[in-house]
Amino acid sequence: MKRCVSVVVLGAVLLFSLEALAAGTIRIGALFSVTGPASFLGEPEKKSLEMLVKDLNAKGGVKGNKIELFIEDTQGDATKAMQLATKLIKNDKVVAIIGPSITGDTMAIIPLVEKEQIPLVSCAAGVKITDPVKKWVFKTPANDHVAGEKLLEYLAAKKQKNLALLTVSDAYGQSGREQLKALAAKKGFTVVADELYSPKDTDMTAQLTKIKGTKADALICWGTNPGPAVVTRNVKQLGMKIPLYQSHGVASKKYIELAGVEASEGVTLPAGKLTVYDKLKKGDPQYKVLSEYDQAYRRSYGVEASTFGGYAHDAFALIVEAIKKSGSTPEQIRNGIEQVRKLVGVSGLFTMSPTDHNGLDLSAFEMVKVVKGDWEPAK
Amino acid sequence: MDLLPQLTQYAFSGLSTGAIYALIGLGFAIIYNSTGIINFAQGEFVMLGGVLTHFFLMVLKFPLVVSMAVAILVATAIGVAFERLTIRPLKRPTPLSMVIITIGGSIFIRGVAMLIWGKDTHSLPPFSGNEPLVIAGATVMPQHLWIFGLTLLVIAANKYFFYYTISGKAMRACSYNRTAASLVGIDVRRMVFLSFAISSAMGAMAGIIIAPLTMTAYDVGVMLGLKGFCAAIIGGMSSGFGTVLGGLLLGLLESLGAGLISSGYKDAIAFIILLLILFIRPQGLFSKAQTERV
Repeated sequence: MKRCVSVVVLGAVLLFSLEALAAGTIRIGALFSVTGPASFLGEPEKKSLEMLVKDLNAKGGVKGNKIELFIEDTQGDATKAMQLATKLIKNDKVVAIIGPSITGDTMAIIPLVEKEQIPLVSCAAGVKITDPVKKWVFKTPANDHVAGEKLLEYLAAKKQKNLALLTVSDAYGQSGREQLKALAAKKGFTVVADELYSPKDTDMTAQLTKIKGTKADALICWGTNPGPAVVTRNVKQLGMKIPLYQSHGVASKKYIELAGVEASEGVTLPAGKLTVYDKLKKGDPQYKVLSEYDQAYRRSYGVEASTFGGYAHDAFALIVEAIKKSGSTPEQIRNGIEQVRKLVGVSGLFTMSPTDHNGLDLSAFEMVKVVKGDWEPAK
Repeated sequence: MDLLPQLTQYAFSGLSTGAIYALIGLGFAIIYNSTGIINFAQGEFVMLGGVLTHFFLMVLKFPLVVSMAVAILVATAIGVAFERLTIRPLKRPTPLSMVIITIGGSIFIRGVAMLIWGKDTHSLPPFSGNEPLVIAGATVMPQHLWIFGLTLLVIAANKYFFYYTISGKAMRACSYNRTAASLVGIDVRRMVFLSFAISSAMGAMAGIIIAPLTMTAYDVGVMLGLKGFCAAIIGGMSSGFGTVLGGLLLGLLESLGAGLISSGYKDAIAFIILLLILFIRPQGLFSKAQTERV
């Protein structure tokens, strides 16, 4: 009898201590490339996540549990990403991981999280992260081709069928080029010029002169600053009348500043809604989330929020939502994320399913146009 | 569009890019001609010129001309300090060790610039308007004319300095034979010091004048430096028209290559030509065969 009591007591103590452990903190890991070549992604991601966690903990956490954050810097190096992911899982005992910032790092750690059964919400854009679907892996940025699809949809409406492509010869530009060419073939566009430039080129008039000699009726430039700004100035210099389209890679005020207000007038591109949230229709479901995120970011860091930081914002929102609905073990978080329906994020509305671990559609992008040095929704 | 106006535009685009390469190439040639060193940090002074001007103009709100003058002064001071701290302390200066030092120096300067001014790209306002000029059906920017003008000015000043002033002649003497130069009473170290001051000032000037067109950031020096180096090599490291022709030729080939063959191979075309020149005419396209020069 005595023994029986002690077993019950022991059991009760164990139960309580487990309970106490669960009610204490939820450990979440994050891997970002805070330094290194992709630091323009990792830095705003880290800042966003730190800000959001601080904010949530100040409000009492999730269901009374505080979040404890473990952020590591992969420096954009897949080997480091692997070591740090192992550390987060084995030493820090995190229940979920946010990041990494780039596709290479993410692909490197997927086998590990699948084996250890820890949910991973990547902040990288590569299609292959969630296609084919992996049980424990999700991602928040829209797929590469969604921006291209949105753009071509716009061009189709404008009846501009002959495309000239001018893409930068790095991973971003070439991925865009492949996607655009594949989509163009599928949707009945003709690519009449397919030109390239190097990331550090300072003059693209030669390529543009060649394009000027074709019968293209839309020019699409795919790259990140400063190349597209040079292209924009060169188009103006050559007096080209053909409409210029850019990618979402330059959807910031910085691009207008570099290209100049005059030269960038009328340039149109698919952008995440964060760029133009103050110009959205009041009824837009994302308006509240976007303005809250941007305001909070400005208060904390004194600069405007970026789309990249938004990827971390959405990853965190997905995990918090899953913990609220489902529970805080890795298994429960994974199932919770998969059941997310119409969660409003910075990048768009997320609707996950067992066959879609990204959950974004074309509505993640808005066509915007430069009007007098500012972005306006394009019609 | 006909082929002729297209060709004219390729030519103008090539020449205006080539003028930039030439201007940077001249900086390489000056140091080489007075010291025998190839200063791989030259591109970083081009970067410093642009970035410093932007800093003084936009952050400290100096007027444009003052910003430019201060930027050149600061860049020159950095060039001089670079020589004092890295080249001068060398006990036995061999070309190899000096080349490695300048490469190290360029990485250091770039890193510090990134820490101070961040990774953003900046642009400077053009000196005289943004309206393109139409010449024979092709267009150039007014800023290109500034670049052509400065290049001519630099060549003239070089010619005068190296052939008609005592310091210039002394610097040339050092490049022919250091020992002999010091025997006749030339302070070789002072001449090396001077050549670094001149070339960093020139690099900074080039950086400022091209920034309104090409924009500027902490890492523009690498590619521009490399292209300028190519121009100097094609021109046989002369501090006059050779390098300028080299730069213009390089620009033209790039532009025609991009226009007529394929823009994907643009840089490859330029560098293959550099290799061919190094194999076939290592003394440069426009020089006579190797003299007794170092």
